[in-house]
Formats: sequence, structure tokens, C-alpha cells
Amino acid sequence: MGIRVIKPGMLTTVQDLGRTGYQSQGFNVAGVMDVRSFKIANLLVDNPENEPVLEFTLIGPTLEFTSDTIVAITGGNFNPTINGKPAPMYTAIYMHKGDILKFGSAVSGARGYLSFSSYLKVPTVMGSRCTNMKSRLGGFKGRKLEAGDLILFRIKRRYLPYFLSRTLPVEEMDQESVTLRVVMGPQDSAFTKEGIETFLNSTYTVTNEFDRMGCRLDGPFISSKNGSDIISDGICFGSIQVPAHGKPIILLADRQTTGGYAKIATVASVDIPKLVQRKTDHKIHFQAITVQEAQKLMLAEIEEMDAMRDRIHQPCREVLECRLTAKRIRTLFE
Amino acid sequence: MENARILVAGDSSLLIEFKQEINPEINRKIAALVQLIREQHIEGIVDMIPTYCSLLINYDPRVILYDALAERLKGLLKIEVAAGSDRKKIYEIPVCYGGAYGPDLSVIAEHAGLSEEEVIRIHSSQDYLIYMLGFLPGFTYLGGLDERIHTPRLKNPRVRIEAGSVGIGGSQTGIYPMDSPGGWNLMGMTPVKTYDPNREVPILVEAGDYIRFVPIDEAEYKRILELVEQNAYQVTVREEEA
Repeated sequence: MGIRVIKPGMLTTVQDLGRTGYQSQGFNVAGVMDVRSFKIANLLVDNPENEPVLEFTLIGPTLEFTSDTIVAITGGNFNPTINGKPAPMYTAIYMHKGDILKFGSAVSGARGYLSFSSYLKVPTVMGSRCTNMKSRLGGFKGRKLEAGDLILFRIKRRYLPYFLSRTLPVEEMDQESVTLRVVMGPQDSAFTKEGIETFLNSTYTVTNEFDRMGCRLDGPFISSKNGSDIISDGICFGSIQVPAHGKPIILLADRQTTGGYAKIATVASVDIPKLVQRKTDHKIHFQAITVQEAQKLMLAEIEEMDAMRDRIHQPCREVLECRLTAKRIRTLFE
Repeated sequence: MENARILVAGDSSLLIEFKQEINPEINRKIAALVQLIREQHIEGIVDMIPTYCSLLINYDPRVILYDALAERLKGLLKIEVAAGSDRKKIYEIPVCYGGAYGPDLSVIAEHAGLSEEEVIRIHSSQDYLIYMLGFLPGFTYLGGLDERIHTPRLKNPRVRIEAGSVGIGGSQTGIYPMDSPGGWNLMGMTPVKTYDPNREVPILVEAGDYIRFVPIDEAEYKRILELVEQNAYQVTVREEEA
């Protein structure tokens, strides 16, 4: 069995790391917005790195479990509850048949992630299980979830070793101002020296035009040398294009494969999660780093996640302390 | 392949930029480069997006870092395009023009000051180079539409255009690969599915290939459509010296 959607929330979709390999044919990648939270959610329940999860936005879903499984909740804080009682985040949680997992509105961050140890049963389409809403393919029927949808599990997996150790520090999601490290280019030469200085030294504001496709920012005008139209070329996750209106648009998971505006810079992969967890009116600064530095940051994050994996794969220290153990076990009997 | 520049595009992509102009010669070099890179099986390359005059390469820095990949590609850029890439592959796309299949054919003809038959003859007597795919899965950016039948886009775009529709928008012509909103003048329909998510190869054509539209009548349209639905239709592909 699996999960039944009681309330779908604002935008809840099945996502993995995206459908790559077909961009030359016009298929956009889609996939999760916050790759870090996604990976931690899967890591907590020993899932393969690219196992699909539910991604929800600003208002989370209410789900009924029609069989037992283990889940983990990461990303923004949506005040999750299980049968009305607060549920822990960044922790593996045993869900029983009949349990109701309810998410509210995002009190911090903007996007939440829910992983399942029993794997969501959605078909693999062209190498991925993610939802591409534009092409209406992949995920659950190629669309966002609706009330009444029933998603089954692919396997039964209701046991994970070191269960009590499976908790990690909750990540900070409530910053209202963040600095995004960027790698300049590929078309930074299309902008004036003043334009580049404006871009790197100004405060930009997240507007309400912010969806899975991209995020429009408001702020000081970035001047270009001869207009910012280019002959269309490829776009990547985190490309910052600046059209004639002189304000940056950061392209995200559901971006089109190609576009015709000059791209001043690209957000470092490790900093994209910081952007996608922001809301309207939050502030953004840009800081230039080299591609080599950005790649070092990526590799460091992989090591950090390896350390997290080690940490949850050890006997729980709390087991030695009876009172703490009793406290955690008590919830199982309630 | 001189005159190409390698540019940084973030920590997981790089851009190879050729002379920035839309011309078949440059575009053919890009198609050849894509082929060359594929044959090299460079570990870590996850995706490539060839466009009019550049190639974006997405790679996984866990497998290969920028400096190493750029070095490797610089070596490849020195290799001259292989002779084999001078052959062109032409997909013959059957189209039933006019009537209910192409409600705007009369608009195109009127705008051009030509008869509908002449518009069809002009549209179907040319091999169109597929410069790139983008916008929608399988949507082709074709070059070379005869100036006489350039037609401005509709003032009020249609909310839904059926997959298989063939149209003209400004100086461009193409096929809608899936149902989509759009503002092009519709001149006909092809029974061929240029995009089918359930097919082993979902997209029929590739950038660098050519498309030739072949006029068919309604009876032929229905006959082919039936074959397509039984997965029994094979699109004719010709190969020629470029």
C-alpha cells in the first residue's frame, strides 16, 4: 500500500534529481529545487541518493498512510504533525497504517521534503521518476498531487538499523537575507564594468514572481554594453540572466533548456538551496568566486553528507541513558 | 574548429561558444562536435545542449573537474570535423495541408499574395535545417523558410494547438510536438508523432538533421495515422551529401 492525499497543499510533486540526458531534445530537467534537503531526507532512511520524494511548497499536504513505513522530513519547517502531535524533523520516523501526517504553512523556509523508506511507486520515464509538469510526464501522472490521489509503495521496508541514531541537526531555514556565491559568466562580458559592480555590491529583493521555473529579483539596474539579447543558448540550474529591464532572473529546476538573454553569472550549486528556501521580500547579495572554489565547496558538501551518513549508522548513545530512551520509546506506545 | 571559446557556466556546466551568428556552417560544426564528444565517452558529461552557435555541456564535478574537462575539450576542438558529418540526414514528414488540417493556410496565402497551392509547393520544396531543439520536447527551430511565405504570428494566440500541427510564425516554420498554446499560423497537420513519450526514442529528430515536408491528401493522412497508431509507420529518412 502507500499514501493517500487528503489535502494536496499548494504545490506538491514527486521529484528526484531530474531528468537529464534529453535537454538537447527540448526536455527540461525538472527535479528538486533544494538538492541538499532532498539528499538529507533520503540519507536519513538509507535510500539511494536519487530516490524520489515529495516536494511541497509554502503550504504542505495532509497525507494518510495506508501501510507502515519509515519517513524523514527535511527542508523548511511546515509544523508537521502526526495524528495531531508534533513530528520531529531531520529524524527517521516510523509511520503506522492509518497515521495522518499533516503539514501546515511554511514558518521557515519555503519548500519541504518527505522521503519514504518504502519508495514511491511511480514509473521511471526516460531515466527519472521526477514530475515534469510542463511536458506532463513522469512523477504521479505528470502533474501535481490532488486530493484523493493514492500513491503506492514499491517495496516493504519497515526496518532500518540504528533506528534511534537516525536524527541530524535541523538546518537553519529562517534567514531573511542570504549571500549567494556565484561564478561569473558565461556572458558577463556583455555587461558594463558598472553593471558588474552593481550586481556584486547591491541588495536584491525576492519578488513574488518566484516559482519552480525561476526567481525574479528586484533591485538596482544592471547595465549592459549593447543590450542583453543573445542568440539563444543553453541554460543551467542557477543561471542568472539579465534581460533588458536590468534585473536578475535566476533560473531553477523547471527552467527551459534554452534562452536568449545574456547570463551574467551562475549560482554555486551549494548555494541554490539558500535561494529556493527564501520568500517574497527576502534579501539577496551576490559574491563572486571562481569555478575551482565552487567545485571545492561541492566536494566538501559531499564529505559533509558522508559524515552525516556515518553519524546515523552508529549505535545510539541515548540507549545508554534510560530516561532518554524511555522518552523516545513512549511515543511508540501512544 | 578554430575560433571556439570555452566559457565557465557555473560549477557544473561549461559553454563552448562559436562565432555568434546563425548560419548552417557553424551549426554543422556544433553537430559534428556533439558527435565527436559522444564518441569520446568522456566520463562525467551528463547532458549536452547544442544551440545555434554554441554548445552547453553539463557535467558532474564529482567525476571530472572544470580544468580537466576544459583541457580535454580544447584537444577535441583542434580536431577537424570528420568527413562523415558532411552527409545530411533528411526526415520526410508527410503533411496534409489546408482545410480543417490547416485553418490558416488561406491567411498565409493572402499575406503572400499567392495561391494556396503555391504556398504548399514553396513550403514543401526545401530541406529545412534543424538548428536546435528547445521550448517544448521535440520542438524544432528550423532555418531556411522561403521569405515569400513569412507570415506574422497571430495577434491572439490559440489556447490549444493540437500535436502534429505544422505552422508558420514570422520567419520560422515547424511542427508542434505536443498540444500547446501557440501563435503560429497553422497550415497543415502531420500524422507522424515527432514526440512520443512511450516510444523507445521519444524524439524523432536531432539538431543538425533536416526536415522535408511532403504533401499528402486526406486519405493518405488517415492511412498513415492508422499505421502510426499501430506503431507500424516508419518515417522515410534520406541521406545525401550536404
